Amino acid sequence: MAMTEPLLKVSGLGKVFGTLRALNGVDVAVHANTFHGLIGPNGSGKSTLLKAIAGDHFADEGEVSFAGEDVTTMSPAERSRRGLSLKFQITAILPELTVYDNLLLALQAHQSMWGLLLSRSRQRLDADVMDMLAQFRLTGKAHSLAGEMSHGEQQWLEIAMALALKPKLLLLDEPTGGMSPEERRVTGELLEPIRDYCALVIVEHDLDFIKDICDNLTVLDQGQVLDDGTVAEIEGSTKVQEVYTTRV
Amino acid sequence: MTETTANLADDKADGKQRPRLPLSVLPIIEIAMLALLMLYPIFITYLTAEGEALDFNNYFVVRVTSIILLAMLAVSFDLCWGYSGIMSFGQALFFGIGGYFVAKLSEETGMTSMLIIIPAGMLVGLISALLVGWFLLISKRTPTIIFVALGSLTASFAAERLVAGWQWVGAGNGMSIWDFPTLFGTDLEPGIGFYYLAVACLLIAYLASRYLVRSQFGLALAGIRQNEDRLAFLGYRLQAFKLIVFSFAGLIAGWGGAIYAFHEGFVGPATVGVTTSTYAVLYGLFGGVGTLIGPVIGAGVIEGLTVILSDNETLKAYWPIALGAVMLVVVAYQPTGLVGLLVTQRERFGSFGIRKGKKSSGTDDAGKADGHD
Repeated sequence: MAMTEPLLKVSGLGKVFGTLRALNGVDVAVHANTFHGLIGPNGSGKSTLLKAIAGDHFADEGEVSFAGEDVTTMSPAERSRRGLSLKFQITAILPELTVYDNLLLALQAHQSMWGLLLSRSRQRLDADVMDMLAQFRLTGKAHSLAGEMSHGEQQWLEIAMALALKPKLLLLDEPTGGMSPEERRVTGELLEPIRDYCALVIVEHDLDFIKDICDNLTVLDQGQVLDDGTVAEIEGSTKVQEVYTTRV
Repeated sequence: MTETTANLADDKADGKQRPRLPLSVLPIIEIAMLALLMLYPIFITYLTAEGEALDFNNYFVVRVTSIILLAMLAVSFDLCWGYSGIMSFGQALFFGIGGYFVAKLSEETGMTSMLIIIPAGMLVGLISALLVGWFLLISKRTPTIIFVALGSLTASFAAERLVAGWQWVGAGNGMSIWDFPTLFGTDLEPGIGFYYLAVACLLIAYLASRYLVRSQFGLALAGIRQNEDRLAFLGYRLQAFKLIVFSFAGLIAGWGGAIYAFHEGFVGPATVGVTTSTYAVLYGLFGGVGTLIGPVIGAGVIEGLTVILSDNETLKAYWPIALGAVMLVVVAYQPTGLVGLLVTQRERFGSFGIRKGKKSSGTDDAGKADGHD
């Protein structure tokens, strides 16, 4: 298979917090419509890397390019408008708004000011909201306050919001944290269909979950890339086993 | 795939059935308030009538006209703090600038037509809020609430000092307006006619604000005041939203201020200054911010009590202290204000989706909005 230009290309990324070198020369490439897992022990720099990709903070060195464009110093909003979407680790749904309104808020994000002032898309987006709700099994909760749902449901809403604008790449920071095994299984099912239009970068502690849904993995350790490759390759990697058996 | 998974987890979710929305209390309060405002002059005139002649331009009608205009200031404050998280501690700046501008305009040109005064006040409020807002709200990082509060307070204070020392606008004596305003060629002296003009202005400003905060734009505001960072990640340009609301609030304040100056026949440094600004905050917090009607009620209650108590010299002296104590209690124990006693948190945030089926009372604004499609 001819290698196409990756959708996301991180090269030589470095980030320093005080005296801590959180990331050091990290390279990651993610291709369109693939699911890419970032794994590694606690403090290995997974979340830092994810945030640098999303624009939550800026890298000190190196480059992030997305869809052929250098986004290293772009604000999160600019990245979002280019199709790069982040789901937060701590759920950042808006608890005082209904589930419906949370999704509408995500769906209308790129409408013009006038369009919003005149509520031009309210009617049109209704069907989209209801579709997304059905897809994420939240139809019955449409008019519940988002903050009153279970943790798992809040995570699904969060993923639905991140997907609302049909991003090309979705970044998921520990989507199954705090979920029951049943909820994890359903989360995997909910994510599978998005492969049609979206690539995924996922940070996750649950290795079984990540092995089930990801195509490729990058293993980080102490801010550096320890190994990367397909799930099968990583499973067979001695370097990785060493780190995981001695330190986790 | 989607079909099978949908059946698995959520049995209740058959098709597109929506659960019912809870009952709304706010529209009832709004309609009651409107009815009260419409009927008040007639009641009070009959109630206070001495002898046979009915004087519809009596003291109580005139005093309440002032309060209604101050309620416009309260609404403009609510748009900032209650709906967008902009702590404007200097909202009177725009109210006062509106007043000063039309006072000067009328002094220089003899212009007294309401059809000029109102748009002039709006424009000058809008432009000054745009300038102040640009300075306070537009920056690379989201400005903190404290920065905006102190910045707007300082602007209001500076404006007060400026006009107090500036002979061109009457310095410490302020500016008097000797002529009555005119509407369609007839003089509008303080009284019942002026009263209903003020009610009409408040109503229009109120409905426009209500439309704004219940539009899709208002949904974005609701998101902004809960979690700004989240909205930024969704791709919202927070500062543009805030500047638009702040400017619109300035427009309403300038509008109210321009009419207020003509109603009182006077505009002085205190009108642009810290005292009036603080009152705007008090109206909002006391009545309940984030509801629009709350600050209107707050202005009515606080100013109404001031009018009632002003007859009694002893009470009048202690009134500011009592007001201060009441405010402390409200802020500490009832942060959602008077209206918060009746309206749930959930209703204050509201819901923004389309409303299907029968038109429910009080939500017709939202219904009209859909008509634009």
